[in-house]
Amino acid sequence: MFAFIVRRIAQAVLVMLVISVIGFAIKSAVGDPVRDLVGIAVSVEERMALREELGLNDPLPVQWVRFVTNAVQGDLGHSYFFKKPALEVILKKAPATIELVLCSSLIIVLFSIPIGIFAAVKPNNFFSRLFMSLSIVGVSIPVFLTAIILIYIFAVELHWLPSYGRGDTVRIWGFWDTGLLTWDGLKHLVLPSISLSSIMLPLFIRLIRAEMKEVLETDYIKFAKAKGLKLSRIYLLHAFKNTLLPVITVGGVQLGTMIAFTVLTETVFQWQGMGFIFLEAVERSDTSLLVAYLVVVGFIFVLVNTVVDVIYGLVNPTVRITGRK
Amino acid sequence: MVWLRRIRQSVMLHSFLHDPVAVGSAIFLLFFLIVGFGAPLVAPHNPYDSASIDVMDSEKPPVWEEGSDERFLLGTDAQGRDMLSTILYGLRVSLIIGMGAVALQAFLGITVGLIAGYGGRWVDTLFMRLADVQLSFSTYMIAIFIGAIVKASLGVGNFERIAVPFLIVVIGLAEWPQIGRTVRASVLGEKNKEYVEAARVIGLPARRIMIRHILPNTLTPVLVISTVQVANAIMSEAALSFIGLGMPITRPSLGSLIKAGFEYIFSGSWWITILPGIVLVLLILSINLLGDWLRDYLNPKLYKS
Repeated sequence: MFAFIVRRIAQAVLVMLVISVIGFAIKSAVGDPVRDLVGIAVSVEERMALREELGLNDPLPVQWVRFVTNAVQGDLGHSYFFKKPALEVILKKAPATIELVLCSSLIIVLFSIPIGIFAAVKPNNFFSRLFMSLSIVGVSIPVFLTAIILIYIFAVELHWLPSYGRGDTVRIWGFWDTGLLTWDGLKHLVLPSISLSSIMLPLFIRLIRAEMKEVLETDYIKFAKAKGLKLSRIYLLHAFKNTLLPVITVGGVQLGTMIAFTVLTETVFQWQGMGFIFLEAVERSDTSLLVAYLVVVGFIFVLVNTVVDVIYGLVNPTVRITGRK
Repeated sequence: MVWLRRIRQSVMLHSFLHDPVAVGSAIFLLFFLIVGFGAPLVAPHNPYDSASIDVMDSEKPPVWEEGSDERFLLGTDAQGRDMLSTILYGLRVSLIIGMGAVALQAFLGITVGLIAGYGGRWVDTLFMRLADVQLSFSTYMIAIFIGAIVKASLGVGNFERIAVPFLIVVIGLAEWPQIGRTVRASVLGEKNKEYVEAARVIGLPARRIMIRHILPNTLTPVLVISTVQVANAIMSEAALSFIGLGMPITRPSLGSLIKAGFEYIFSGSWWITILPGIVLVLLILSINLLGDWLRDYLNPKLYKS
């Protein structure tokens, strides 16, 4: 087990190094750090001096090592537009994105598990068929379109819910602006989290249903039924537990996809999160911020994947053994 | 005439005709393909021709709503372009990018999958690790990043000029692992079979064995995945266009039409954004349903149950 975890972490570090190479390449190819610092109204000689001082005339590998060293210490460069460290800008916006992802995950878990199990246990029931047909329609509607339709119905026509922004936020722990503690903030969360969950929910319902159906065919379930155990106990305790393995793996990967989709959702709802700031950085060619976002999101992906793999290894010993070769 | 009879008596056609959902989605898809690629012939106006556009005609609702203009069946957008024509031209752009991207990823996926599966050893490890990492990062994120970097380095003007080939390349590069992995898995299953051994014994070169002998036996799953991937590619393209990393509004795809119309729903002009949205959803849905049918038909494991 220890060897498995070490190997997994080594792999994660390797991927992060690759990401740092990509980030560094973008930075040195696209951005001009001198412009980022001083603007355009500075003479050529002063620029050259500044270049030398910043170490931009050093060989590329030296610059890369410096980039990685700085990144490890939390320095991902300076945002040209915000005149602040890029990491600070991103971390300030992170709570908005994290809360959005959290609420959507909650919606997905609360709905996909009961619906998935129900559809597997009673495949011919009217509601199962209805949910299955709805789920394929759901997969076919892009996130931003769901968002637009929701805005049109609930914000423009019915005036029930607000259509943009985070509403009132409260600061907790000194740095975290949360919208979860105010009524207005919660109201602002409803439409974005439903939109964000709309593409994952059908996927998870179908996944849980498929895995559950497979498990229900196995001998130990038949045996449990023959023993006369209560059906609810068999379904929830015996069968559902074993469908969780693939669900965890897919869930880990999909969490990454969800971060990608926050870019879309945040654009539609003008949600002041990381994705929104990222697109603004693209519009302004704010390279440092762009690279910082790449590194931060890459780090989140790698972290989530590693944790999911380790959990998977803990729950399912065969992975560790086959992985060893 | 023999092949005609063979088609008519095939199990596949029978299964297809007895599945109303499959037939319905095929009809929809065929319709979209015809009106999309025939847009210059079918569309009543030319949305690219700025001379024919009059700003006075802007934001006219579809004909069934009040205050409409009978020249514009589905109304007009904020610039006064006919919605029906714009949607048809946009459909064409979306279809070209979707199919182009899948052609590219099929080419990449099949090539890499064949070499990795048949060659084995370090080539296999290298490419499959790459595919693993890429898949764990989600294809959307990768496409968004490449789009962002290219746009930031080229500037908006240059970016708009290369938008179509750029989107094809980005989506193709981002999604090849799906097909690559499938092909590799099938090749691993095939390469130890007797016919491959026989081909090797008579001294055929590896390339010929891969392309002429193994490849045909791996194409079924590729076909199934490719169908669904067209829908995915069209969706990715729409998403990229929606966040401003895709087609510009002067040469719109369905995604950039939705983006352009979005701000007008607040003033009640819902058709500018909802109508292209409906077309997009129907297109993706019909491809997905057809793909579902194809998978059920071609996958004997599912066929049984």
